[in-house]
Amino acid sequence: MNSPASVVSAKNLGLTFETGDGPVHALTGVDLDIKKGDFVSFIGPSGCGKTTFLRVIADLEKHTSGSIEINGMTPENARLARAYGYVFQAAALYPWRTIEKNIALPLEIMGFGAAEQKQRVEQMLDLVNLSGFGKKFPWQLSGGMQQRASIARALAFDADLLLMDEPFGALDEIVRDHLNEQLLKLWDKTNKTICFVTHSIPEAVYLSTKIVVMSPRPGRVTDVIESTLPRERPLDIRETPEFLEIAHRVRQGLKAGHSYEE
Amino acid sequence: MTSLFRDRILPVLTVIAAILVIWHVFVIYLNAPFVRDQAARAGETISLSQIIERTFAQERPILPAPHQIVAELWDTTINKAVTSKRSLVYHAWITLSATLAGFGMGTVLGITLAIGIVHNRAMDRSLMPWVIASQTIPILAIAPMIIVVLNSIGISGLMPKALISTYLSFFPIVVGMVKGLRSPDTLLIDLMHTYNASRAQTFWKLRWPASMPYLFTSLKVAIAISLVGAIVGELPTGAVAGLGARLLSGSYYGQTIQIWAALFMAAGLAALLVSIVGYAHVRVLKRMGVKP
Ligand SMILES: Nc1ncnc2c1ncn2[C@@H]1O[C@H](COP(=O)(O)OP(=O)(O)OP(=O)(O)O)[C@@H](O)[C@H]1O
Ligand SMILES: [Mg+2]
Repeated sequence: MNSPASVVSAKNLGLTFETGDGPVHALTGVDLDIKKGDFVSFIGPSGCGKTTFLRVIADLEKHTSGSIEINGMTPENARLARAYGYVFQAAALYPWRTIEKNIALPLEIMGFGAAEQKQRVEQMLDLVNLSGFGKKFPWQLSGGMQQRASIARALAFDADLLLMDEPFGALDEIVRDHLNEQLLKLWDKTNKTICFVTHSIPEAVYLSTKIVVMSPRPGRVTDVIESTLPRERPLDIRETPEFLEIAHRVRQGLKAGHSYEE
Repeated sequence: MTSLFRDRILPVLTVIAAILVIWHVFVIYLNAPFVRDQAARAGETISLSQIIERTFAQERPILPAPHQIVAELWDTTINKAVTSKRSLVYHAWITLSATLAGFGMGTVLGITLAIGIVHNRAMDRSLMPWVIASQTIPILAIAPMIIVVLNSIGISGLMPKALISTYLSFFPIVVGMVKGLRSPDTLLIDLMHTYNASRAQTFWKLRWPASMPYLFTSLKVAIAISLVGAIVGELPTGAVAGLGARLLSGSYYGQTIQIWAALFMAAGLAALLVSIVGYAHVRVLKRMGVKP
């Protein structure tokens, strides 16, 4: 039995893509337990199955072995219950909708009333610091603003689980720092569970309560690091010895995964 | 203002001037033999300048001079009541109504088929080859049969012509709309999936708006060939009204000026229809917030 606080619980999870030139083992033997309120980062070299794992959680991809439960349900039932919000690597805004219409999209689909939609959109715009940009079309916004709009869209219907696939991957360091800080505040305020894919070690350490280090061919989890950092994290926590030590462990984990290939 | 003249108007004027020059040369070249024949039969000897002068004033020239066509257009549009059978406006309206009816039906048919093809695998497999095959049959071969068959079951007038227009115009719409409805990025479709959106919601909120640029591009092609279809539909029956009928009766009686006037009317109509669709295209995309 799962403890009730488990949001994602994977047991010996595997996913093999059957492709034209043989099977691709995107995930093998993944055991992972994510508790409510966790901020979990997934880090690992390209092709190690990070996106695939999020897509299995989201029921966009079906696992081929083992088991996985989301809030004690199958991924499909969790999706039908609209248990999560998904932020893709690209902002994926609808170009013909204004920013506020984009944020309202899931609300329209889920049948929220007009007044509630309006109120939530306002609230979300405020949350991601985009008040005043609601009437703009996506192309009128910078890449960072678009990404914030897409986060607002994922948050609009207030799912408890947030899946984020390299949401800040394409942004510059300064914007990224700023968004990291905001994301942490948001997480602290709302007590959501967040699964966050990144390629950046400092980003992973700064944000997470739990860091999942993965390695490719076949995609698997090589290390799970519980962070000892406090919940309250100013940006300069990244200069503390404690931070650097965790970063070091992540780096070791990544190296160990890599040596497998050589 | 000056740049508008230099960049837009001047090139167009240059081309028109070149065409007019070439046209006049051909008028002289093509009509001269007949002028010489006539003179020889009448036993008169005429100078070159007289020949040239007469090539521009023939009643049934092989190639009418531009001013003759303009005069005919003026005469048959402005000087005749629009209800008169001798008014080109009347004939143009007959053809236009069949064009618009056929275009409307073709659009509805095309969009309906495209929706079916995109949403249903069996329809995709079974229908698409037929849609393509339908366009390999030359319209000139099939038009008389459509007219005759429909006439025999008592359908005549506008409907058979409109059906030929439909037959031609649904094709670009199907092809364009299938492409357009399939155009959204997989990421956007995945997003709909994560919201557990119904097929109808995915259609109206994603596929339909994404297909708009494709739809309008197809509509521009479709409206032009609808007009062609309506004119072709007027030819085989020897219809008494419509631009096609004017072309036909013109060629019966060697009325080349009448033929050219009808041709110009058809071309003008096509240009007008295409620009109306083009204007709608711009307006719709603007409302959809497309980057200018
Ligand atoms: N639809 C698919 N069909 C076949 N193979 C796939 C498919 N999706 C992913 N893969 C393969 O599965 C493996 C894991 O891919 P995944 O996208 O999860 O990697 P990732 O860790 O997200 O990489 P990146 O950091 O580059 O985004 C890769 O080898 C990839 O080629
Ligand atoms: Mg990825």
